[in-house]
Amino acid sequence: MNAAFVGMPAFPVAAREALADTQLRHNLGRATHTIRDKRARVVGEMPEWEELRQAGADIKDAALLRLDVHLARLEESLTARGAVVHWARDAAEACRIVADVTLAHGAAEVVKVKSMVTQEIGLNEALAAEGISAWETDLAELIVQLGDDLPSHILVPAIHRNRAEIREIFRTRMAASGRPAPENLTDDPGELANAARLHLREKFLRARVGVSGANFAVAETGTLVVVESEGNGRMCLTLPEVLVSVVGIEKVVPSWTDLDVLLRLLPRSSTGERMNPYTSMWHGVTPGDGPQEVHVVLLDNGRTRALADRVGRQALRCIRCSACLNVCPVYERVGGHAYGSVYPGPIGAILNPLLHGVGGDTQTDSLPYASTLCGACYEVCPVKIDIPSVLVDLRAQVVDAHRDRRAPHAEAVAMRAAGWIFGDARRLARAERVSGRIRRWWARLARLPGPGRRWTTARDLPTPPRESFRAWWSRTHR
Amino acid sequence: MDGMRVALMVTCVNDVMFPDTGRAVVELLTRLGVEVDFPQVQTCCGQPMVNTGYLDEALPAVRTFVSAFEGYDAVVTPSGSCAASARHQHRMVAERADDPGLVGAVTELGPKVHELSVFLVDVLGVTDVGASFPRRVTYHPTCHSLRLLGVGDRPRRLLEAVRGLTLVDLPGAEECCGFGGTFAMKNADVSVAMGADKARHVRETDAEVLVAGDNSCLLHIGGVLSRQRSGVRVMHLAEILASTEGA
Repeated sequence: MNAAFVGMPAFPVAAREALADTQLRHNLGRATHTIRDKRARVVGEMPEWEELRQAGADIKDAALLRLDVHLARLEESLTARGAVVHWARDAAEACRIVADVTLAHGAAEVVKVKSMVTQEIGLNEALAAEGISAWETDLAELIVQLGDDLPSHILVPAIHRNRAEIREIFRTRMAASGRPAPENLTDDPGELANAARLHLREKFLRARVGVSGANFAVAETGTLVVVESEGNGRMCLTLPEVLVSVVGIEKVVPSWTDLDVLLRLLPRSSTGERMNPYTSMWHGVTPGDGPQEVHVVLLDNGRTRALADRVGRQALRCIRCSACLNVCPVYERVGGHAYGSVYPGPIGAILNPLLHGVGGDTQTDSLPYASTLCGACYEVCPVKIDIPSVLVDLRAQVVDAHRDRRAPHAEAVAMRAAGWIFGDARRLARAERVSGRIRRWWARLARLPGPGRRWTTARDLPTPPRESFRAWWSRTHR
Repeated sequence: MDGMRVALMVTCVNDVMFPDTGRAVVELLTRLGVEVDFPQVQTCCGQPMVNTGYLDEALPAVRTFVSAFEGYDAVVTPSGSCAASARHQHRMVAERADDPGLVGAVTELGPKVHELSVFLVDVLGVTDVGASFPRRVTYHPTCHSLRLLGVGDRPRRLLEAVRGLTLVDLPGAEECCGFGGTFAMKNADVSVAMGADKARHVRETDAEVLVAGDNSCLLHIGGVLSRQRSGVRVMHLAEILASTEGA
């Protein structure tokens, strides 16, 4: 079973550990640069890319603006097509619904399409507690599940593993949950894929309940859309008798024409492909074809909280392409686990605080600071989420949440002092004269004491000048 | 240009730590026939507070900024990051303070704030500033110049016109150096990891000098290069453009 993200340390602590993992640094550096370059190539082919991004942002904004109307329409369309619609306020309610449907059919296992939302709600763990085995069927999710590991990327959750590590996981772990890996398995990618195919095939054919998420939900027709690359999703969506799809409420779009734009933006941004390999669309039940019992769980789990955030609500436009992870210089070096969530990278740094709220725990509060605000994420986002601006706004929310503390943090004191000094040039000039006087002492100091140590541990500091610019100007421009 | 009132916004980092950069801007603009003023009431744009989440604490700096530069036709600054702060962040601070007068003032002032290379190329219309600097140089485009201001190839065009200067491409140039303001302290380990990779790329170019338009980024990259005893110097763009033959 997958491990879960619980009791994770704050980002700087987790990042420090991740940075020391040389294998991880190597795997991630290679992988992120490969996907980054591939994306840049296929996006570069499209002269209308900027217009397309704007259209994508507008479509999602329009959908979010009238979310209540579109969701009611979606429920109506789904019900008319024979699906059963459930509403879940939080993770616990959603997991309960999926478990109840599974148990009602006397099933002890489900096969799963790769889905972020079921990771978000911890579905596998919740089902395990009910005695139900949830089998991940996406290759990378299978690697993570067999390795009793955590996903570290939205699109390629096993990005932190190389093929030698994967071979080892298959060889030692496959037998415990089904067909064992073939004898003499090598780390050849074709052989590894074939081992997964054989292992998964018996699960596809046996399972009576399939579980999925959805990339999009079309209100006017009740169509759910799943976009995937391996074909395992289509197996899960068509072979079982019962299908349960958990869908975040922000996935709704009004009409089919909206898909035209979004399905062009997504593959180029995520896998760097011109077109997506397997795009499955279904609405409700089709008699005599595919699952004959279809459930859709519409999930809030913090989304309405995020929607109420004036600056942050744009994060709900996210179509989970992970382009922001692949270009992020911070993610590239620390990987996904340091973010302590199934949503890592720049989007995770805003989405997690928006879904959970700030001021509650130090881990969530550390996420908006896990960025240099370099802006590379905003530049590639296919729906133009201004991640740096949301990060700054969330930082202000974190600071505000701690303003009434009786003993203010050293940083708050320093910022207040800076605010006071910068409020009047005469105060700044006095501070500069002090700095000019202590420069000789400063120059001899190779390592700063206290918090300054964080700078000088690996970086030199220049000696302050004898005379500030201000003093030079006063002296020479009389 | 005649009759245009131009103010220098030197930035707090340059004022306190790198006065030579401010002096270079004055020297360069004077050489180009621009009379530049230094309003002495100026302090800081407020970005260190804003980017750490302390918006109330940034308010005095934003008010000071307005009183220092109101009334000038153009404000020129040797920092892409501080220009971007004036253009994009001051409004947020003013709106939070619920001060319509301040909102109006910063909205009017923002577009008049120009990063040095933009001021030279777009406002003055020059790319050859008559500089001479016979060294092997590589250029790091800082993130806020590149992505928030869109300075594009202006700094490169200015450098290419410098006599004797050999400009070599920096591998992975557009990747952030890892400074990020208080990020450099709050996430020091990640910051240094990024800085180490940037320093490695700089050394790969075999350049004598690394040039950029922001001394805060250079403080970080230069700090890593210096600790490595790499023998590479960091210099602000203004200082290279101010250099002349025999000077």
